[in-house]
Amino acid sequence: MNEKRSYIKELLRNPFGGSACLILLLLYLIAILAPFLAPYEPSDQDLKKTYHPPTKIYWHSARFVVARYKNVDPSSATYKVIEGEFCPLKWFVHGYAYRLLGIFPSDIHLFGVEKPDRVYLLGSDNTGRDVFSRLVYGSQVSLSIGLIGVSITMILGLLIGGLSGYYGGWFDNVVMRLTEFLMAVPALYLLLALRGIFGVKFSSAQVYFLIVIILSFIGWSGFARVIRGLVLSLRSQTFVDAAIVLGQSSIKILLKHLLPNLASYLLVSAALSIPGYILGEAALSFLGLGIQEPSASWGLMLAQAQDMKVFMLNFWWLLTPGIAILITVVAFNMLGDVLRDLVDPKFRIYQTKRG
Amino acid sequence: MLLQVEDLHVHFLTQSGEIPALRGVSFSIEKAESVAIVGESGSGKSVTALSLTKLLESPPAIYKKGKILYEGVDLLSLSQKELRKYRGGEIAYVFQEPSTSLNPVYSIGFQLLEAIELHQPHLKDKKSVGLEVLQKVGIVDCQRVWKSYPHELSGGMQQRVMIAMALLCKPKLLVADEPTTALDVTIQAQILELFAKIQKDLAMSVLLITHNFGIVKGFSDRVVVMFRGQVVEEGPTEKVIYSPTHPYTKALIDCVPRLGEKGKRLRAIDYSLIESSLNL
Amino acid sequence: MILFILRRLLALIPLLLGVTFMVFFLMSLTQTNYLTPLKAERDISPQMIEALEKKFGLDKPWYERYFLWLNNVLHGDFGYSWIYKMSVIELLMQRVQATLLLNLSSLLLAWCIAIPIGVLSAIYKDSLLDRLSSFLAYISISFPEFFLALLAVYFAARTGWFPIGGLTSIEYPFLSPIDKLVDIAYHLVLPTVVLGIGGIANMMRIMRGSFLDAIRADYVLTARAKGLPENVVMFRHVLRNAINPLISTFGYVIAGLLSGSLLVENIMNYPGIGQLIYSALMKQDQFVVLGSVVFSCLLLVLGNLIADILLAWVDPRIVHHE
Repeated sequence: MNEKRSYIKELLRNPFGGSACLILLLLYLIAILAPFLAPYEPSDQDLKKTYHPPTKIYWHSARFVVARYKNVDPSSATYKVIEGEFCPLKWFVHGYAYRLLGIFPSDIHLFGVEKPDRVYLLGSDNTGRDVFSRLVYGSQVSLSIGLIGVSITMILGLLIGGLSGYYGGWFDNVVMRLTEFLMAVPALYLLLALRGIFGVKFSSAQVYFLIVIILSFIGWSGFARVIRGLVLSLRSQTFVDAAIVLGQSSIKILLKHLLPNLASYLLVSAALSIPGYILGEAALSFLGLGIQEPSASWGLMLAQAQDMKVFMLNFWWLLTPGIAILITVVAFNMLGDVLRDLVDPKFRIYQTKRG
Repeated sequence: MLLQVEDLHVHFLTQSGEIPALRGVSFSIEKAESVAIVGESGSGKSVTALSLTKLLESPPAIYKKGKILYEGVDLLSLSQKELRKYRGGEIAYVFQEPSTSLNPVYSIGFQLLEAIELHQPHLKDKKSVGLEVLQKVGIVDCQRVWKSYPHELSGGMQQRVMIAMALLCKPKLLVADEPTTALDVTIQAQILELFAKIQKDLAMSVLLITHNFGIVKGFSDRVVVMFRGQVVEEGPTEKVIYSPTHPYTKALIDCVPRLGEKGKRLRAIDYSLIESSLNL
Repeated sequence: MILFILRRLLALIPLLLGVTFMVFFLMSLTQTNYLTPLKAERDISPQMIEALEKKFGLDKPWYERYFLWLNNVLHGDFGYSWIYKMSVIELLMQRVQATLLLNLSSLLLAWCIAIPIGVLSAIYKDSLLDRLSSFLAYISISFPEFFLALLAVYFAARTGWFPIGGLTSIEYPFLSPIDKLVDIAYHLVLPTVVLGIGGIANMMRIMRGSFLDAIRADYVLTARAKGLPENVVMFRHVLRNAINPLISTFGYVIAGLLSGSLLVENIMNYPGIGQLIYSALMKQDQFVVLGSVVFSCLLLVLGNLIADILLAWVDPRIVHHE
């Protein structure tokens, strides 16, 4: 247990590890406080302001103000700033109602402007919805799917892989054949097929659930195999025999003796596989098979950016979800890498030569 | 005098700071003389051996102080490029682990040819010279071995190949770093005999590094005893073995189990006694 | 050795049966089938539809249909694609060429860049080159592939330096043979780069890690002690050992051929198998889906086999164990 504490300390001391933790902390804060930070609901459209560029914000007479725009050419969505006209940016405004964490009701938002003006920090999309708000809400999907998906995979893999490695015999054989089979099935196929089959009739929440299940289902077999290998090698060590001789039950042995040794591998593996889930969900939503309109997901937002119009008319702000994904994934990768470097050398100590 | 090591200090840079491995080691080797460095793990004997041609990874090794005079030239002052002339051609090595000391993806013949190309480039028929040396080190089926890969040979054979490779460099000094430690006891004796034969036939100087006093007698002319980075005793083998002056030497010799001592306990070394007699 | 190969190929049969069975079952769960949109099309007569229904036994339950399909397959008939109106085998063959071209060129690109940089990063560990390339590799791995593809299309559209999609231009049939090659190469540039970037980053890290491991080996000390110059030690002794894991990547590319470039192909409008499969799945072009599943499993086993063989060929120790 002492090792865990020193891990955390060393992790934070490392510049990459520390910054990764900071970034992730910020991201998760944003996800939790999403309704508070977002001035508009993700489905809040304004068809008069489609493809609006980010609204300029000035400092004027001791406060922030938001410029007003005029739609000069609706066919090419060019907006020009109306000189001299602007509206004040207010803080802690009352807006649409929500429940923080699903429990605490509130209607206060960090910032906003009076209707009918709009403040678009990152512009608007093809139906006038605020990209910034959707970005913030989208973080909830991406950040949670990683954690939930990885948890399911870990639990499944640990249980099945662990039992398989510990007991061996026919159970082990069956599990091995099963995982080989699952790993041979082309993952993307399974994903697309399962998703295509269960049709578009599901609600957003159900779709979310389904995606998590599918992604975990694909990931657990590889993980289970590694756990099995680790358990096999640990099991042959004498301390397990000692425990058996002392009369401890199998489950207790699994939990008390084997699990702590696997813990560091689990941690590193978790951090490194979360990006896979995030990217998987983003790709699915991008292809139209994941989170559906009108909910927000970073992948889904990027799907809009595929339109030719976006390239030709330079609606660059529609690409910001991609950067959000990038930052999140980089942060998790950094975390995983630093953790792995911390954990690995400790294993290497047991492999030095003599003399 | 072929080789003279003067007051060698080597430190290692680690996470916990600079650690001294050699604290003022001095000894010498004459032409055609065989010297043994004896000490336990961590005494610094391998570091000494590898320092001769600066083979230690540096960093983390630092050659802090001292001189290594080979035929009058201070090897420590030379650049890597200049040092390369001495590696193999003047001072050749045989290492402890023959199974990993040979490159697994190239055949024995290929690796031997490398040595020949480097140190005897003017030879017309390099392969036959290589085969000849393989025979000299006691490999009977040299044609087959030439074509084989390292993992196809036994430990003893691999070590013989290593020795052959060292000889093909035509060195004046052969350094053997615990050459028999990884081998079976029966093979150990054979390899040691081989070393003795080489030394006699080729009038080569041999520096044998070992932790086992038992193999030193009957092989080396002189013995250097090391303990924790320092030379604690030095002299002709017979004298050191039968009338050791330093308490550590005495203790080390005592450790060697002797025939006829049935029923007596094995002796261990009392370090506190030794440390008090050294200025550590 | 032959036995080893045979054993692997034999394991293919239960795998294929299992996977196709599963896919068939999953597809049968959908309410609609491929004939539904066809019934709405006017240029197919009702008699033809009835005949097709009979032939493929659509009036029968799915497990019977499965054996019907299997029977057809064993006679070499993989069925007919509803969307493209040609036999599945023809369609697959056509598309697989394009995908193969794309994947192989990106692999080549990855090797050419990753190997030298990986080796140099390892030799000059912690230098500016090392840190910079590690950093870039890092970003590349974290970059979502589809986002990169999107940016590439964006880039092409705005600068006009590269075509926005496709494999060939409209004038292709009228070009001279050399111009045809140039045209294809021109269209390949962006997709290859997009697909290759992820591969480069991965391979570079593997090469570097593998090289650093190999450098610590005992035979490196032997080589140095022999008096070999440092560059010979690195490039003749270390590299030859370090490069082993990368050789087998060729096999893995083959193994994952059908799914590897799926996203890139779809976004950049590249007419390969990935694009085909996606649209087939979406429009429930059943025979194409099943055909490509069979093909994909085949490639998977074949690719893994090739990877293993390559590994054995390159490392003398492995062959000896067989």
